[in-house]
Amino acid sequence: MRFSARVEVQLRPGIADPEGATIERALPALGFDGVNHVRAGRSFSFEVDAADESAARTKATELADRLLANPVIEESRLELELLGG
Amino acid sequence: MAPRIGVVVFPGTNCEHDVVLATERLGGRGELLWHGDTSLGDVDAVVLPGGFAHGDYLRPGALARFSPIMEAVTRFARSGGPVVGICNGFQVLTEAGLLPGALQKNGRLRFLCQPTRLRVTSTASVLTGLAELGEELVIPINHFSGSYTCDADTLRALQEGDRVVLRYTDNPNGSVDDIAGIANEAGNVVGLMPHPERASDALLGSEDGVVLLRSLLGAATARAAAAA
Repeated sequence: MRFSARVEVQLRPGIADPEGATIERALPALGFDGVNHVRAGRSFSFEVDAADESAARTKATELADRLLANPVIEESRLELELLGG
Repeated sequence: MAPRIGVVVFPGTNCEHDVVLATERLGGRGELLWHGDTSLGDVDAVVLPGGFAHGDYLRPGALARFSPIMEAVTRFARSGGPVVGICNGFQVLTEAGLLPGALQKNGRLRFLCQPTRLRVTSTASVLTGLAELGEELVIPINHFSGSYTCDADTLRALQEGDRVVLRYTDNPNGSVDDIAGIANEAGNVVGLMPHPERASDALLGSEDGVVLLRSLLGAATARAAAAA
């Protein structure tokens, strides 16, 4: 089976996020009021071949934890979807 | 015999020749080691120099830690061999788990290339063994991701274990506790953001990096003698 995976990586709560802070500071000048707590992050997508969803999830989670995110400062979130065909 | 310093070259490393030159002018022998190799040969110390290993893609050091040579570097470090990561090399050591914490983007997102004043806050490491406690050194930094970050428990362990070896006197990048360089528990693995090899000759504006490089050469000599 083939799954499409999307991994979102963000800094852990409490870790300073200079990118998010810079974006937030720019918002009032652009006319966006009332927007707070901006956090920047990254998104990765890939396809996983695996016997079933559980195996695909295990593989994608390990990939996210070992490579895509640095667990010292970042956390990741995985979305998995079965590809048709 | 002159101590042999292995200087690891990843694709994108760009300070390897500076480190070799500075090492050799102080009486050591510098040997370039390719990241794809699986052996360190018979070097007495290892330096991971500055640059942009693997283009700094994903995160600085994130891909470099999977380079084949890192297994040999890890074994060497675990056996007590002196290992120093400078700038990008420091980032590689934290990603590889040989040093705790992480190097974050600088506060205010500034790329910083400037001399910095450092205070030696521990001499219990292979890089600071010959320095004086409290001694101030002027050594340049050159980085975008140099803001040292770790959790509270790790910070306490570093402080109580006498493992913060260098601190900025005027914190340029937002590092926790003004940290410019740290050591592992045994003191044989050190990472620092400033570049001692760029402060190794009066012509470069400072010779303050010499005491650090001499310390490393001394540790390498001791390692060679112990192995003989």
